[in-house]
Amino acid sequence: MAISVDPPERNRELCGKQGYTFTFLSDVSSDAIRLYDLVHEKAGPGGTDISRPAEFLIDSQGTVRWANLTDSIAVRARPEQVLKIVDDLKLGGPS
Amino acid sequence: MKRRWNALLWAGFLVVLAAPVTYLTVFVRFPVTRDLPWATLLIFGAGLLLMVFGLRRAFREPQIYRGKISGSIVLTAGVALFGLFLVSIFYTLRQLPPSNGAPRVGQKAPDFTLPDTDGNPVSLSKLFEAEAGGGAGARAALLIFYRGYW
Repeated sequence: MAISVDPPERNRELCGKQGYTFTFLSDVSSDAIRLYDLVHEKAGPGGTDISRPAEFLIDSQGTVRWANLTDSIAVRARPEQVLKIVDDLKLGGPS
Repeated sequence: MKRRWNALLWAGFLVVLAAPVTYLTVFVRFPVTRDLPWATLLIFGAGLLLMVFGLRRAFREPQIYRGKISGSIVLTAGVALFGLFLVSIFYTLRQLPPSNGAPRVGQKAPDFTLPDTDGNPVSLSKLFEAEAGGGAGARAALLIFYRGYW
């Protein structure tokens, strides 16, 4: 699942062009970013508010099992790191 | 005798200039050279060292080598560039909001409902519910608040 700040029509174009088949949500008023307290004020293009980079792993009960709020914009969780955590927490595999 | 061109000095300056250029074009693409920019710091170090040796011989052997004035200027520029890089990586990129309200491990992830590409509302919590067609719900979800390409 992906969330973008672009409107649904724009996301539909992108999904068509890129061939994405996963759920692609639209958050034009940054509600999800605000809800998770991740707003980085005036840091976006043209002084707009954008999200700080962050990752959350959520289990089927809706509980956060792992979170990464990086210290540096340039340092993000790596895919292999997240896959290992999914394995360690036994959250992967068929349900 | 005509004094010699101080090649060491200018070669060092070129290496210093190459450090931020190669960081932005090459090293930033790989986490191992981006998260801690050790390769770029080494290139900066090598370049500055060459410049220091070049400037030293310009002052010690001014009858042979040129570059006392120009060398002082480019070395200052090189050090300034290095400082700018350090400030960007270790200060500017770390200016992040406190995010004290972000959900912690063990807490419930705030649920949200947003429109998909067809305008239909979709909730995070709905992902985990079994589908009407008999399909099982998701076992876990990874939320990535993504910012720019890395």
